Amino acid sequence: MSTRAPHPHNPNRPLVLLGPQRLEPTLADAFDRLEIEGTIAAVTAGWQEREAEVEEMREHVDRPVVNLLLHARGEALFAADPDLAQAYRQRQLTLIELQRLYRLRLHHTLAGAKAMFGLNADPKLLLPERKAAITAVRRLDNRHLRSLRKVHLQFENDHRPFSNRAVAAQREELATLLAGCSALAIAGGHVATLLNRLRLFGLLDLAADLPIVAWSAGAMALAERVVLFHDHPPQGAGDAEVLEAGLGLFSDLLPLPHARYRLRLDDPQRVAIFARRFAPARCVALDSGNRIERRGGTWQPHGGIQKLTSRGRVRKMKP
Amino acid sequence: MSLAIHRLEESGPLSRSRVDAFVAEHEFPLVEGTSMTFVYRGEASRVLLQHFIFGLPTSQPFRRIAKTDLWYLVLEVPPVSRIEYKLSVTRGDGQKWIRDPLNQHLARDPFGANSVAHGEGYEVPDWVEPDDQARPGTIEEHRLESSALGREVPFKLYFPARFRPSRRYPLLIVHDGDDYLRFSVLKTVFDNLIHRLEVAPMVVALITSGNRLVEYADHPTHAQFLAEELTPHLEERYPLIARPEGRGLMGASFGAVASLSTAWRYPEIYGRLLLQSGSFAFTDIGREHDRGPAFDPVVEFVNAFRDRPGMPSQKVFVSCGTYESLIYENRSMVPLLQETGMQVKYVEARDGHNWENWRDRLRQGLSWLFPGPLWMIYE
Repeated sequence: MSTRAPHPHNPNRPLVLLGPQRLEPTLADAFDRLEIEGTIAAVTAGWQEREAEVEEMREHVDRPVVNLLLHARGEALFAADPDLAQAYRQRQLTLIELQRLYRLRLHHTLAGAKAMFGLNADPKLLLPERKAAITAVRRLDNRHLRSLRKVHLQFENDHRPFSNRAVAAQREELATLLAGCSALAIAGGHVATLLNRLRLFGLLDLAADLPIVAWSAGAMALAERVVLFHDHPPQGAGDAEVLEAGLGLFSDLLPLPHARYRLRLDDPQRVAIFARRFAPARCVALDSGNRIERRGGTWQPHGGIQKLTSRGRVRKMKP
Repeated sequence: MSLAIHRLEESGPLSRSRVDAFVAEHEFPLVEGTSMTFVYRGEASRVLLQHFIFGLPTSQPFRRIAKTDLWYLVLEVPPVSRIEYKLSVTRGDGQKWIRDPLNQHLARDPFGANSVAHGEGYEVPDWVEPDDQARPGTIEEHRLESSALGREVPFKLYFPARFRPSRRYPLLIVHDGDDYLRFSVLKTVFDNLIHRLEVAPMVVALITSGNRLVEYADHPTHAQFLAEELTPHLEERYPLIARPEGRGLMGASFGAVASLSTAWRYPEIYGRLLLQSGSFAFTDIGREHDRGPAFDPVVEFVNAFRDRPGMPSQKVFVSCGTYESLIYENRSMVPLLQETGMQVKYVEARDGHNWENWRDRLRQGLSWLFPGPLWMIYE
């Protein structure tokens, strides 16, 4: 092994994204295919207060599992360092407010796009209008993403969390644990909590040489942007929204866990708007049994994985 | 549009076998657009539809097709309606109310069961059916000695699946809890809506009164029991949010009155109210009303509330069926609630004063008052 850790965004790092694991677990199979025999480092921070309950996972993977307990580590850190906790809280409040403002604008901008896609008119006139309506949504998404990144950058400049003694001590412990592991498993759950903890401890830097297998929210957190989505919630219009800048391991794919349940994949308008809004990233349905691997910079889909197309259809994804 | 029953009637003399075939070929009541054909087969001197739709004559006579034992009635029913009914059949031995022998759909309530007709477009929500994938919550029996009520009060507690003492949960107190469990499948509804992340995992206290017409009619000791005894008792023992936004009261009919009156007597304790088909009878002048003596204290309370509503809660969900006699009272309540500054959501449905109407509105009400982490969790 090289003495210098590879960059966390190294495209040659083995990376596997899986569909939800509860009913059809395929995690062990993913490790088998990667020929990983050793200990698995587990990130289950998305499970929040149930983070420690990894017995089922341990049984399923049939390999030693080290639970990194990022959620509990974060809680302990905040309890021990009220200043850091306060700074974090303040940052979260800023992010929540930004999200509220973005959501208000998004609702109207997206309504424009939906109206254009719901119309029948002379294609010569209508198609440029549709394109312009999508461009407006994309601009708004990108602007929001820049605002979010600015907040994070400001926080890092102001508080330099990695220089904080308690954070540094936790990172050292994590680095020691990771040194004995052969792969990193990132579970789903609460995507904001998970992302927050991964970022707080700079975990991908610490595990820069490890293959990653991630599912559901775990897969979402690794993308360039985290997009929340649900087409038929009991309240509200079900407008997908950019929540956060993700950890940026890839920007050419947007994983959509539970897509069959959460999205109206039989609604061409919604599918077309979704796919065009986030292009050139491929919007990929990540349902139970699905697996997609990145090898040498390209994605290899398995298990009949599907993607949303700009024409409003759902098609089997090709490499 | 020509209806099937009219085509049959106009098709000439009807033999027994043709009537048999007609009955075998259709499901009843027969829904054709907004026309609903009720059918009864059998010897009788009179057949009536006894329904519970406010605004229509309660008894509607069936017509007999000459020289047959086939009776029918066509009712015009708006789309997405749900109607509970019985048939009144008069024979030589007297008159009997029966459930529709040709309709298998039943709705149960504390008095038995009614036949149910579904208008065009109505569908039983899928979240009221047991779902294998939904992790089940648990229900425990409890008792609490109440000084306010002067008796030991039995109640049930629902704990959501994966309940953990390390997190804090909202508390919802449900009036007529046993009836909600039996007739509105409340446990299945909670299991499913929590599983779907549409409703926050919560602890639900299900209370049942032995004398609801008294205790739920703005009785001060009932409010005292909830606010000064039951709620603090539960907050001491379980990991509850213990702030107004984490506390709710819910009830239907008199249970809605009890919920509102408790919140009114103890403002700033319960931040969430779910009021279904509230018996919010009131008078604009004097105290005379025509709803019977059980409503006397209700009318007194609602009149007082209408005079000085204050701000008993933060968010209030109100629902009522348009086929209920209480629709006027509930509609009247909405602007009043809105003027208090509370957030108010009001929903109507083409249904009556019954448990399945209340069941069908639960998703809208609970997900608005206690939204689940739907947008954030991807397991």
